[in-house]
Amino acid sequence: MSAKPKVAFFDFAGCEGDQLEIINLEDRLLDLVEVVDIVSFREAMSEHSDDYEIAFVEGSITTQHDLERLEKVRSNADILIAIGACATIAGVNAIRNDQDFEKVKERVYGEDAELFDDPDAELFEAFEKAYPAQAFVDVEYQVPGCPIDGDEFIQMITLLLEGGDPSLPNHAVCVDCKIEENTCTFERGETCLGPITRGGGCDATCVTQGARCWGCRGMVDNPDDDVYEEVLQEYDVTTEQLVNEFTLYWSWERNPEYPAEPPEVQQ
Amino acid sequence: MSQDISIEGDLVTRVEGHGEVLVNATNGELEECEWQVVESPRFFESMVVGRSWDETHHIVSRICAICSATHTMTALKAIEDGLNIDVSRQDRKLRKLVLAGETIQSHVLHLGYLALPDLAGKKSVIPMADTHEEEVKTVIRLHELGNDMLRTFEGRASHGQRTIPGGFTQIPDESELKEIETALENSWDDVEAVVDLILSLAEQLPDFTRETEFISLTHPDEYALYDGVPYSSDTGELDLDNYEDIVNEHVVEQSTAKFTKHNRKSYMVGALARVNNNYDQLSPKAKEVAESFGLEPVCHQPFMNNVAQLVETAHLIENSLDLIDELLEAGLEEQSDYHKPDVDVTAGRGIGATEAPRGILFHDYTFDEDGIAERGNCVIPTNQNHANIQHDMEKMVPTMIDQPQDQIQHTLEMLVRAYDPCISCSTHYLDIEFVENENEGE
Repeated sequence: MSAKPKVAFFDFAGCEGDQLEIINLEDRLLDLVEVVDIVSFREAMSEHSDDYEIAFVEGSITTQHDLERLEKVRSNADILIAIGACATIAGVNAIRNDQDFEKVKERVYGEDAELFDDPDAELFEAFEKAYPAQAFVDVEYQVPGCPIDGDEFIQMITLLLEGGDPSLPNHAVCVDCKIEENTCTFERGETCLGPITRGGGCDATCVTQGARCWGCRGMVDNPDDDVYEEVLQEYDVTTEQLVNEFTLYWSWERNPEYPAEPPEVQQ
Repeated sequence: MSQDISIEGDLVTRVEGHGEVLVNATNGELEECEWQVVESPRFFESMVVGRSWDETHHIVSRICAICSATHTMTALKAIEDGLNIDVSRQDRKLRKLVLAGETIQSHVLHLGYLALPDLAGKKSVIPMADTHEEEVKTVIRLHELGNDMLRTFEGRASHGQRTIPGGFTQIPDESELKEIETALENSWDDVEAVVDLILSLAEQLPDFTRETEFISLTHPDEYALYDGVPYSSDTGELDLDNYEDIVNEHVVEQSTAKFTKHNRKSYMVGALARVNNNYDQLSPKAKEVAESFGLEPVCHQPFMNNVAQLVETAHLIENSLDLIDELLEAGLEEQSDYHKPDVDVTAGRGIGATEAPRGILFHDYTFDEDGIAERGNCVIPTNQNHANIQHDMEKMVPTMIDQPQDQIQHTLEMLVRAYDPCISCSTHYLDIEFVENENEGE
């Protein structure tokens, strides 16, 4: 990698919260541009170049147009890094993956849902399901979370530039919760995805703020073995129950699909 | 000069309105002028269906990160309306501080990161760090102030976790309130510096006027952002329960985002609509800022929306100081760190409206007796402005038809940006391809 690598940011279907977290680095964003050369970052600049080594990809792939752009980014980049839940595990976009797509369209567009069947209405097209980047292309690294954590993003870049391995930790959010000295969510009588959700970057912020872990960072590598068993045993919960519990973020991850052919477009 | 013009952009899919402009003219005759909005449909109104009442706000906050707290808050108001959940006076004040933080953050982001580079003739804020170091640092400090408020009251800068149906899981203590109070008090020099800077560049804002209707919340006792009822500059107070008759959403083929209209063919929402409708309730310093730019109601210049955002930033700082004073004076009623209000789940339909940074936002949910959502509807401010942008363009383009094409394009970019539709849409808009005398299709 060059001394000051060229990096680019791209977004697909999502809320742009991950790029916003990067803008929210405030002063540290100015430090960042000292060590990398940002050649494309739509949320903050109007220049664009296809000459880059590292590509950060945010958002889910939900249309044929998204897929073509993603493939172009992949062919241009040496290293592709997915940032945020929508890009890493399809995030909340995948909630619809478990719903009947005819109903999905009808709920949002009513009678006008038939525009999706009208070849003249070019803009009305969508895959039946939402996918993360890894469903279609190789992804070297990931920064998980909804949204990502700015510090974890900086750590990832620092490791990359120093030639280290920015692979993700593989311990449960429960470990972070212990470090934060939180009262266990189960002890408060609620269900929590902490025991099987990948920790190591969010400081268990949702539990710390009084909510429960929603699973936005995705599952640990092997949810049958890598779980935080102590909590599951104490509160008599199984991994399977948790996987099927509240599935805000896991609809794709529970049944991961890697389509060899582009999914059929509804248009 | 009778020229041919062909402006068209790349198709890009995004939430909250990616747009492109289509302008075609032959021999100086305008043939086509269209504001096209292309959102990759994300189907949020379907995502909430079948899920529990206490997840709704979490899901819909992901519609937009820049205004995630307002989406959360509007969903909470709708849930609380539908399930008859009370919110304490203290919690309502704390929620107003969440909204203030988010609106300051969003307005400064737009003014400082988008509009300012444009006015200064730069492509982004990054090269400005060298040429305008002090100004950039000022903008960053003000932006951080908004985010610090969000961290203090909502726990995180975006997608915060503390606001839940019935109140907050956690609230700040008095020392945290005082820290924010000090930061707000110390921010006036920065606000004045930004006002002076924008004033010095204000002549770059195009002089364009088109009469339109302005819709926002209004409230008898305060500049309405959290509490209030819908109000039209044409027809007066409106009924929130019949919000569907206010927005009249309809699908147009040039957009996956629905368009809206009320009393005229289009209306405007956002900072300028609020300033126009509720000018008298602005704080003293906010009025000073408005006067320094000659902004007074009713202003029909869309480009003044930039200035209205600056006016509101001053108002929100002053108003937040008042809210913190009131909270400290009354003494904070403490609560446990994992507070969860008791809720009796019942079937019901609830509607909530709040002023997001970009304008009035409506959420509407129907829950069954188990609190499972059966139906959801969100009417987003950006969508309410699309038709107004279209009609502004239709009036504006013929007046500039003889100007150089890159100037036409630049002015239209600034028009779209003035509405602050969504940060990435606006910046993307700058990438519009300009193909002379050639129409290559999509």
